[in-house]
Amino acid sequence: MKKISTPYLLLLPGFAFLLTFFVFPILSLAQVSTATPVSGGDIDDFEQTFRFRNYLEAFLDSREHFGRSIVYALLATLIALLISYPLAYALAFKSGKYKNLLLVLVVAPFFTSFLLRTVAWKQILGEEGFVVPPLRSLGLISESTTLTSTAGAVILGMAYNFLPFMTLPLYASIDRIDPRTLEASGDLYANGFTTFRKVTLPLSMPGVVAGTLLTFIPAAGDYVNAELLGGPNNSMIGNVIQTRFLIPDYPTTSALSFMLMAAILIIVTVYIRRAGTDEVV
Amino acid sequence: MSSVKTETIVSKRPLGTSISRWFGKNLIRIYMFFAFVYLFIPVMYTFVFSFNDSGKSNITWQGFTFEKWLNPCGAPRVCEALGNSIKVGLLATIFSTILGTLIAFAIGRYAFRGRSASNLLIFLPMATPEIVLGASILSLFLVMQVNPGFWPIVIAHVVFCISFVVVTVKARIASLDPRLEQAAMDLYANEFETFRRVTLPLVAPGIAAAALLAFSLSFDDFIITNFNSGTVTTFPEFVYGAAARGIPAQANVIASAVFFVALALVVIGQVVSRKRKVS
Repeated sequence: MKKISTPYLLLLPGFAFLLTFFVFPILSLAQVSTATPVSGGDIDDFEQTFRFRNYLEAFLDSREHFGRSIVYALLATLIALLISYPLAYALAFKSGKYKNLLLVLVVAPFFTSFLLRTVAWKQILGEEGFVVPPLRSLGLISESTTLTSTAGAVILGMAYNFLPFMTLPLYASIDRIDPRTLEASGDLYANGFTTFRKVTLPLSMPGVVAGTLLTFIPAAGDYVNAELLGGPNNSMIGNVIQTRFLIPDYPTTSALSFMLMAAILIIVTVYIRRAGTDEVV
Repeated sequence: MSSVKTETIVSKRPLGTSISRWFGKNLIRIYMFFAFVYLFIPVMYTFVFSFNDSGKSNITWQGFTFEKWLNPCGAPRVCEALGNSIKVGLLATIFSTILGTLIAFAIGRYAFRGRSASNLLIFLPMATPEIVLGASILSLFLVMQVNPGFWPIVIAHVVFCISFVVVTVKARIASLDPRLEQAAMDLYANEFETFRRVTLPLVAPGIAAAALLAFSLSFDDFIITNFNSGTVTTFPEFVYGAAARGIPAQANVIASAVFFVALALVVIGQVVSRKRKVS
């Protein structure tokens, strides 16, 4: 009897907290998403009218932002993966006795405030930074070309900011690979590329999946990079949710939040299914 | 003897070949070097501009000064914001580490009905975009007629920190060798003694790592905080608010100081754990 109840006792405080401050708020968000303003009421008075058109209208109003969020987040995830994979591989296999030190250095930049680092990129790439003026005087970019206020800046900003979420899981799964399996592959006359494709990459897939998810999810909902590094044509769904919330237009905000979550969950589920069952060739 | 031999072989080779061989062999290390440069550019920039003799906005270089380091609270409200961030971070770390560690032991140690549902409940906050979490928690506070402020920030931070604590501690529990506990039982330790003298010390590094992770997540959080803070300003919010008008160099001083303190803590932790392993 005692053995059965122990896990539930351990779960009780944490789950009571999560039910109150995570599940219940999400449900109340669902409630608000189909509400409408009370006519003649205060600006933040809404009543439940089960108006599911809220979703359609919210989506039609900001479908461009939705598309941008998904595309930007996918590109940022891809870039972070391309930057992180060789780095994690080098950390796991090529750093010798400096492994722990180098691992600390990978995480260290993220001890500086996320916002200050983003502002730093904005100033480095900005009009008065040390990149644009030299490029202009060399004639490599025209007078009207800017590096900030572009989609590229937003995507690179996100790839930079979420990089440790990619590098650490990758490192954890590559580090677990027994180097002897790679030697065995070489002994069986596989060249470097084949060894990577048939041995290293499949064995590191758990890290690839975890890293891409941990990068994609925050990137899809982000609005700070778009606000600081992007222009008016780069705003993402996060920016819309943020500005709508301040109006306050709670029904639209809630409907958009749910659609964002649904989009992310669908992409994540499809992705995990594919990465989990299909062999990586 | 052998070193002399290799030297003569290397010197016989044409210089171009040995350089290209060196590059081939060290390509990934060269790559690593550039990756680190990329990672540290904004950090270096922030550090260098903490010495800028600037007025309100810190965008162009005006000259070198130590003044901002000697007077880090010189800019209005910057130290108040830092204090809020530290207080919120400590409280969120304590609560989320306790709640998360208990959950991790339940999921990592026991088979029970509802275990996979529990895993799902832990995964969901991590899969929820911060902006949705922030907005939903605020809507709860508004419904309950609680004004946003200090405690709402702490509660919101605990919500997203718990999952990361559970995942970190659970991984540590999963990597434990069950034979160590069996050995303790064989030596007539009872269940509680085994837990206190074997299991807990072995899991402790995982709990410490989880607490550090929780603190850094909380300390640097902006999006969720911004929804639930009301009139309270944390350090990330201060930076965000100042970004439009110009960020005072004192913010760079504080961010750089936090960077060096965190770096020192991690290095000390590594040295201590290595010494323990050796002894």
